Amino acid sequence: MTSRLAYIAFNTFREAVRDRVLYNLIFFALLMAASSILVGQISINVERQVVINLGLTAISLFGLAIAIFLGIGLVAKEIDKKTLYTLLSRPVRRWEFIVGKFAGLSLTLLVNTALMAVGVFAALFYVMRAFSLQDTYVLVAIYFIVLQFVIVTAVALFFSSFSSPILSGVFALAIFLIGTFAEDLRAFAQMAHAPARWLAVGLAYLVPNFAALNVITPVAHGEPVAGGLVLANTVYALLYSVVAVSAAVIIFEYRDLK
Amino acid sequence: MRSRRKIVAIATVVLLAGLSGAVLMVRRLDRMRAGEALREVLYIPSPKVLKRLSLGYNGLLADIYWTRVVQYFGGKHHEGAMEYKLLAPLLDITTTLDPQLLPAYDFGAVFLSQSPPQGAGDPDAAVALVNRGIRQNPRAWRLYYSLGYIEYIERHDYKAAAEAFEKGSKIPGALPWMGVMAAIMAQHGGELGTARYLWQHIYESSNDKSIKENAIRHLAALKVDEEVEYLEGLVREYRENTGRAPANWLQMISAGYLRRLPTDPLGTPYMLTPDGRVEVQDADSLPFITRGLPPGKEAPKHWKKESK
Repeated sequence: MTSRLAYIAFNTFREAVRDRVLYNLIFFALLMAASSILVGQISINVERQVVINLGLTAISLFGLAIAIFLGIGLVAKEIDKKTLYTLLSRPVRRWEFIVGKFAGLSLTLLVNTALMAVGVFAALFYVMRAFSLQDTYVLVAIYFIVLQFVIVTAVALFFSSFSSPILSGVFALAIFLIGTFAEDLRAFAQMAHAPARWLAVGLAYLVPNFAALNVITPVAHGEPVAGGLVLANTVYALLYSVVAVSAAVIIFEYRDLK
Repeated sequence: MRSRRKIVAIATVVLLAGLSGAVLMVRRLDRMRAGEALREVLYIPSPKVLKRLSLGYNGLLADIYWTRVVQYFGGKHHEGAMEYKLLAPLLDITTTLDPQLLPAYDFGAVFLSQSPPQGAGDPDAAVALVNRGIRQNPRAWRLYYSLGYIEYIERHDYKAAAEAFEKGSKIPGALPWMGVMAAIMAQHGGELGTARYLWQHIYESSNDKSIKENAIRHLAALKVDEEVEYLEGLVREYRENTGRAPANWLQMISAGYLRRLPTDPLGTPYMLTPDGRVEVQDADSLPFITRGLPPGKEAPKHWKKESK
């Protein structure tokens, strides 16, 4: 079972690389190089903030685009190319296919993010000429961004297990946008009156909570991130991904592939 | 088939357990980040920049910021804070994003004007906020009502209060008592009866639970102020007639000055001190009172009403 999962995951990663997904790194490198050179010339005393804000935002946006656009095609592409039937005719179970695909895309995003992180630190070193303790907090922010990608991948995979790629993309993007306002959404829900309140609170807890995963701005201001938050976010991201992937498995088990 | 059922059953159990765990984690994260939205830092303090960044969705962003104002005020108020640093800038952002968001002016001005810990204690900022609201919404009579309220209650500027009520009363749709209020304010601004009239109307005209509760607290405070003044008058009279101060209320009841034990609006008996002063027993449960306070619990100067 483990070897089959690893095989599907590695193939998903290899396919993403073959699809020139990592080409985004070239744009990212150009962006970081240009911003590092320009920022020193056009602003005063915010070089570090600009490099961190811009770098982490770019990592987040590039990664989200990859997570959504690859995530929604994970199932549909295999059906279109008829490769899914070949795969499932072998001793590969449907759940293994879903979990393997999820792991493969998560691996792709992890590698992509790691390479972009190197770019951010290179730009930071170019601008500041030295590293400081505060720069380690940037690693935490990048880790949180990876956790976001894992959740978004799971959500995109969930939608792609029963919907068309375009609709899955729209749904996944909408869920991401709603999730960034999750805290406000829960606050709004608490203000509603019963019975609408229970429904609103339930829905508010159902969407992923991305607000706690975004620490880009505090980190850019050199503020540390609490260890408890790192632990809680890690557990939450894993649990939410497990929920979305489990839902995808259940739907995909009953999906008519003829 | 059996294998599929088994997989689905396991996936369902994992899903439900994961979902329960995720909800618990979100609650934990919310507790950990309880002060996050309320931190005394605004990373984007410029309302104009925020408006541009909202890409035209400034109405929604204003609603979100208004919610943050309420959360910020509620959180600070709950912890009995004496400072509300972010309140004015948050209100500025909210009303710049949506200049027609009347509740932000209406309630925001009250939050700003009331003395700490009831509010930010900045009536000048409150008046500026309401005046900006009036410039943006000249047909909103309620903003004149808010302005009159702040001028009267917090700034004790009866002339300005009368002007605000007068201007508001001329706007179509304004409640008739706005005109009455303008007249009373002009003639009897400093009287307790005027304050009672205002709070009574606030209580009757609002559907908001918190506003009603606030009005009840103010009405109770006015009652205490009146009763303490009356009781201290009786104690003075007793002393003049008998040549000594009463040791307790029973002596005054026996002498016919009182029919029964005097109690405050909460039902707690008033205390009679050896020097003839009358005090409430639980001053914390009677905010806004200016008389009957135990030593060391002075009311803010601008709360003190001029009674006749």
